[in-house]
Amino acid sequence: MSQKIDADVVRHIGKLSRIELTDEEMRTFPGQLTDVLQYFDKLQELDTENVTPMVHAVELKNILAADIPHESLTPDEALKNAPDREGDFFRVTKVLGAGS
Amino acid sequence: MIDTNDKVQLIVGLEIHVELATKTKMFCRCRNNFGDPPNTNVCAVCTSMPGTLPVMNALAVDYSMKVGLALDCNVPDYTKWDRKNYYYPDLPKGYQLSQYDLPLCEHGCLEIPLADGTQKKIRVLRAHLEEDAGKNNHEIPGATGVDLNRAGVPLLEIVSEPDMNSVEEVAGYARSMQRLVRWLDVSKANMQMGHMRFEPNINLHITRDGTTYKTPIVEVKNLNSFRSLEGAVAYEFKRQYEEWQKDPEGFSLKKLGKQNRGFDDAKGVTVFQRDKEDAHDYRYLPDPDLPAVIIDDAWRERLRDEIGELPLARRARYIEEYGLSFKDADALTQDAATGDILDSAVKAGADSKRCVNLLLGRGAAIANERECSIADIGITTEQLTELAKMLADGDVNATAANKVFDKMIETSGAPREIAEADGLLAVKDTGQIQQWVDDAIAKNPQAVDIIKEGGKKKEKSFGFLMGQVMQASRGAAPPAEVQKLLREKLS
Ligand SMILES: [Zn+2]
Repeated sequence: MSQKIDADVVRHIGKLSRIELTDEEMRTFPGQLTDVLQYFDKLQELDTENVTPMVHAVELKNILAADIPHESLTPDEALKNAPDREGDFFRVTKVLGAGS
Repeated sequence: MIDTNDKVQLIVGLEIHVELATKTKMFCRCRNNFGDPPNTNVCAVCTSMPGTLPVMNALAVDYSMKVGLALDCNVPDYTKWDRKNYYYPDLPKGYQLSQYDLPLCEHGCLEIPLADGTQKKIRVLRAHLEEDAGKNNHEIPGATGVDLNRAGVPLLEIVSEPDMNSVEEVAGYARSMQRLVRWLDVSKANMQMGHMRFEPNINLHITRDGTTYKTPIVEVKNLNSFRSLEGAVAYEFKRQYEEWQKDPEGFSLKKLGKQNRGFDDAKGVTVFQRDKEDAHDYRYLPDPDLPAVIIDDAWRERLRDEIGELPLARRARYIEEYGLSFKDADALTQDAATGDILDSAVKAGADSKRCVNLLLGRGAAIANERECSIADIGITTEQLTELAKMLADGDVNATAANKVFDKMIETSGAPREIAEADGLLAVKDTGQIQQWVDDAIAKNPQAVDIIKEGGKKKEKSFGFLMGQVMQASRGAAPPAEVQKLLREKLS
């Protein structure tokens, strides 16, 4: 049985994703997310007794590229769709504390 | 001060992040260049534009496997990529590509030197490949600037077991790791450029009256110099013991778990970091964009061949083959290139002892001045071979050889040509030496008298005459020959 998604779990996931949730969303999301997880419970009913566990969805291997530089974008191109810039930096809300 | 009733053991495990010296990034072919103007080495992949596809850098995988093999790790047949989810402006995807349950390297060890001359093995739990984040610029008033040049640079995270029990062991392990990655030529391991960053996990096991107490484990984040690594560990040792003394039952691992602290370089203290909420809730999941890496024996063998002789093996060989002391052998195996030059010179017929003396004499002195390795002062095998042979043949004496050494480093010239041009070749013409000796005696009757009287000042005056001859020959007369002639004349 999958975990029940209650308001606390939704608030936790929202916090991890840096999303502020409205009261309206807090009312609708628990039910919706619980439905999604219940769908996975349905899959659990399948008999996978003799099936090797799958670790990767793509049946390719060793797709590697040589270490040869290509042309990068110019700062103007890179920053073209950015909401805000400061010189050639992406400008974002002030972050404090840890990090580089 | 530690109470005499307490037995206190420091327990440290260390995570080391090593930036690999590839030309390009881990998942795109933008340049991996430190110090370029902001956002000049960026593309759709490393700025995380929707719909882009990362492609692994083959060389970064090779480099990481080399480190794993050199650490005697198991490099498994199958390794894959995972997403580590967290939100921070320097990580535009909202996840870092990393390796969670199937890392590229696991269960190795690194031998470190101890002060008493013995060695200790520090176990390595795992080493996995991941991408670096960008850099936040905090100097903009009221905002943060993000530079994504570093985003996606290949980073090898090497995680040790908690096997270190002193500040010296932690420093020894970190330095040994720096030497190893430089030896393998997979990273410049330059601390100023942030090529190596440390995160020690520190706690104490304290035994008092037969009971053992464990203090909460502290992880100190983002240390980027050996000095701050040592400072942080030493400070935590003291701080945790003092905290524990105040409340032996309460200040415990069981009750308080793990904490993050930062290090204030200027004050030399660690500071509490408000726990990044749910920092460990990374919700790892397999990355669907990157196929698995399947490694076979042929691949591992190719890299073993490229690695060649490792530092500890070479050091043992130098002690055995060249009869060097541990200290000298160790000094010559700080990097691969210095020993390579020595070995090639010996192979070309130079005497190993003379080569070693040259390298560890003027070579080490110049390297020390320039803060680089001996090889990096620019000495070539040809120069070393020729100068060592000239010494062996008596073409130059030791003093002249040092002068030649300095000049050949300065000008990249050939030692014999330098010695000829500067009149540093030893004078083998006995008649000429005789002449200098006679002149010195004739010009310094006072000194001659003192020597003939045989008093206390005799040796000093003899030394003075020796000096006069050497000066007249501009250092080119063989001292042993001068001494012999002087003694004959004055006896
Ligand atoms: Zn890129």
